[in-house]
Amino acid sequence: MAGTTTVRTGGGPGEQDYIEDVVRAGVIATIFWGVVAFAAGLYIALQLAFPLLNLGLEWTTFGRLRPVHTSAAIFAFGGNILIATSFYVVQRTCRARLFGGPAPAWFIFWGYQFFIVMAALGYVLGITEGKEYAEPEWYLDLFLTVVWVIYLVVFVGTLLKREEPHIYVANWFYVAFIVTIAMLHIVNNLAVPISPFSSKSYVVWAGVQDALVQWWYGHNAVGFFLTAGFLAMMYYFIPKAADRPIYSYRLSIVHFWSLSFLYIWAGPHHLHYTALPDWAQTLGMTFSIMLWMPSWGGMINGLMTLSGAWDKLRTVPSLRFLVTSVGFYGMSTFEGPVMSIRQVNALSHYTDWTIGHVHSGALGWNAFITFGVLYYLVPVLWRRQRLYSDAMVAWHFWIATLGIVLYITAMWVSGIMQGLMWRAYDELGFLQYAFVETVVAMHPFYVIRAAGGLLFLIGALLMVYNLWRTARGDERAETRAMPALVLRPTA
Amino acid sequence: MRFSHAIFEKNAVMLTAAVLLTVAVGGLVEIVPLFTIETTIERVSGVRPYSPLELMGRNIYVREGCYLCHSQQIRPMRDEVERYGPYSLAAESIYDHPFQWGSKRTGPDLARVGGRYSNEWHVLHMVDPRAVVPESIMPSYPFLADRKLETKAIEKHLKANRVVGVPYSDEMIAEARADLEAQANPQSDTEALMKRYPKAVVADFDGNPAKLTEMDALIAYLQVLGTMVDFTEVKPADVKQ
Amino acid sequence: MSMHELMPFLKSLWTVWFFAMFIAAVAWAMWPSRRQNMEEMGRIPLEDDPTRPASKKA
Repeated sequence: MAGTTTVRTGGGPGEQDYIEDVVRAGVIATIFWGVVAFAAGLYIALQLAFPLLNLGLEWTTFGRLRPVHTSAAIFAFGGNILIATSFYVVQRTCRARLFGGPAPAWFIFWGYQFFIVMAALGYVLGITEGKEYAEPEWYLDLFLTVVWVIYLVVFVGTLLKREEPHIYVANWFYVAFIVTIAMLHIVNNLAVPISPFSSKSYVVWAGVQDALVQWWYGHNAVGFFLTAGFLAMMYYFIPKAADRPIYSYRLSIVHFWSLSFLYIWAGPHHLHYTALPDWAQTLGMTFSIMLWMPSWGGMINGLMTLSGAWDKLRTVPSLRFLVTSVGFYGMSTFEGPVMSIRQVNALSHYTDWTIGHVHSGALGWNAFITFGVLYYLVPVLWRRQRLYSDAMVAWHFWIATLGIVLYITAMWVSGIMQGLMWRAYDELGFLQYAFVETVVAMHPFYVIRAAGGLLFLIGALLMVYNLWRTARGDERAETRAMPALVLRPTA
Repeated sequence: MRFSHAIFEKNAVMLTAAVLLTVAVGGLVEIVPLFTIETTIERVSGVRPYSPLELMGRNIYVREGCYLCHSQQIRPMRDEVERYGPYSLAAESIYDHPFQWGSKRTGPDLARVGGRYSNEWHVLHMVDPRAVVPESIMPSYPFLADRKLETKAIEKHLKANRVVGVPYSDEMIAEARADLEAQANPQSDTEALMKRYPKAVVADFDGNPAKLTEMDALIAYLQVLGTMVDFTEVKPADVKQ
Repeated sequence: MSMHELMPFLKSLWTVWFFAMFIAAVAWAMWPSRRQNMEEMGRIPLEDDPTRPASKKA
């Protein structure tokens, strides 16, 4: 393998040649949209506890702001870190500059921000397709398709011109993320506008078919946007931050294929006991339960990377978030299959349990791994020796973790309680509770949930301050567990 | 070097293709049969396209994101059927572009809310939910009662629906505006409307005869929800999927 | 033959097909002669960064 080594050290572009401006921009955008998403989430959580906060205005009702929160969290915060890290990782693991140079990369970046801003403005003004997590109207869907196809070309183009003989597994996950999202986005959003000059359109699917297409899309947005894409980050940044290779590269390949095979079938578990034919529900449930296996394979792979080096958790600030995120990944990929069992779903569906499950994934897995990656990337991208403050990372970690615990326990209790109250009968055989009584019972848990969200937001603001000072080149006087990095002059 | 770049360059494209193939199969196998298996949609009668006023009301329902807190899908459990009515059939949403089954019940299911409350109750409830249900956490929608319903493009709405498969006839499209206005005006001649859209509720929904508002349209939609199929006539064999 | 009649047959076919694909992927990844190659691929992220300390410390 001597030849390979030569390529790695001698060939390929040096660090200056990698396109990093757009990655830095992506990191800033991620942080900005993260704060927007958490703040919007906190606000709508408070609306559920205190309905006066809807303000009686059409632009500020829960119904219009909720898509702002979900889109900001998934597509703006999550999407930006995925695009930014994919550009960063593909260049380094391929030892090649981005295909096409900076121009297409910047077009992807700004095109994506434009899509987000236009979509959010549309939601507030009442322009929506009315499909969860796919609310943007037809003209934005078309625009995003163009941006996405260019993204695919840049990414695969970079893979094609690489100097490194192998395609590292993180790039496999990025490819699966980009390709699958393209397919889902196009099929789910096929719509006929009432005129080329109107924002209003009617989606081509109807009723039960629309329901299945929607949740085929919706669940695979979880599977390939929030899972495959973020696993790509795990497979690059955990080895990087821990400074040791992934526990088992071979397991990562099995992980990849089994995940790609199984995830795509799981969508119908969102439609248990509905008018969707039983065979489709059973199929969805079976594959959802099978998904548990590769998910835990991936979790073990991530965690075991630290085996024998757990002390690094104390010394490397970003690792704390990265490793905990994998733990949450394991937790929510266990909870998910359980909730996809029809008998469990009969209780959990339509309740806050689902909301809690989503947030143990979104906050614990997606946001935590993103925080870990940001704490790793900002010093690297801004050429700093180390973070402004390691202590603030620890504070962020504990505040955010407490926030998540409050959030998901409140939602477990309120979800299970509401599900049980809906089906409770009194001794005379009548339904025991009117619907509104179950709403009243939720109130304390909605307040606790909002408190959890507030903590999570405070933690994120600490991170913003810390990263901003880091980028400026400041260092806080504090005792640190880790010595500063010694930067080597570029060879 | 042991590996020629050419092989791997090919592999990057092959990898992309393999992933696409893998993920496309699942969708095809799950979704395509739904369009071809005749038993997916139950054999019940009564489901018709929405009247122009109901359709405009439905668009307001979608616009305000009502589906984020209200489901329109009753599951076949005893408590749900007792609370909300007969469980939902696939046949009842065949003209719903998009479907509005929802995924969360922060508020109650609305699949069969039609006819449950009076128009006056709905108006009060929309303007200030806590005036009629003190514990409600629903946002208030006072602006619906003030805003004139935008009807300029009503024919285009019906035509676009026809393109995606809703059987609006030429006559329905030609009479769309007349039907829309007639449904909100109890004084008008509604015979043709009722023939085209059986069971349509005709009323001055918002209690303001001077103005055709968004409130009129939304309540017209709510009042037809779940009322199209007559369940006293449905036999078990009809609903077998 | 209608789609409805074909369904049970297709379902068992998918199961077999999936199982075969899974075995193929596992076999490919776990094949002993590929071991060294694979381990080397796992090191790619650690060797891509000329400005960071080399990873050979441990």
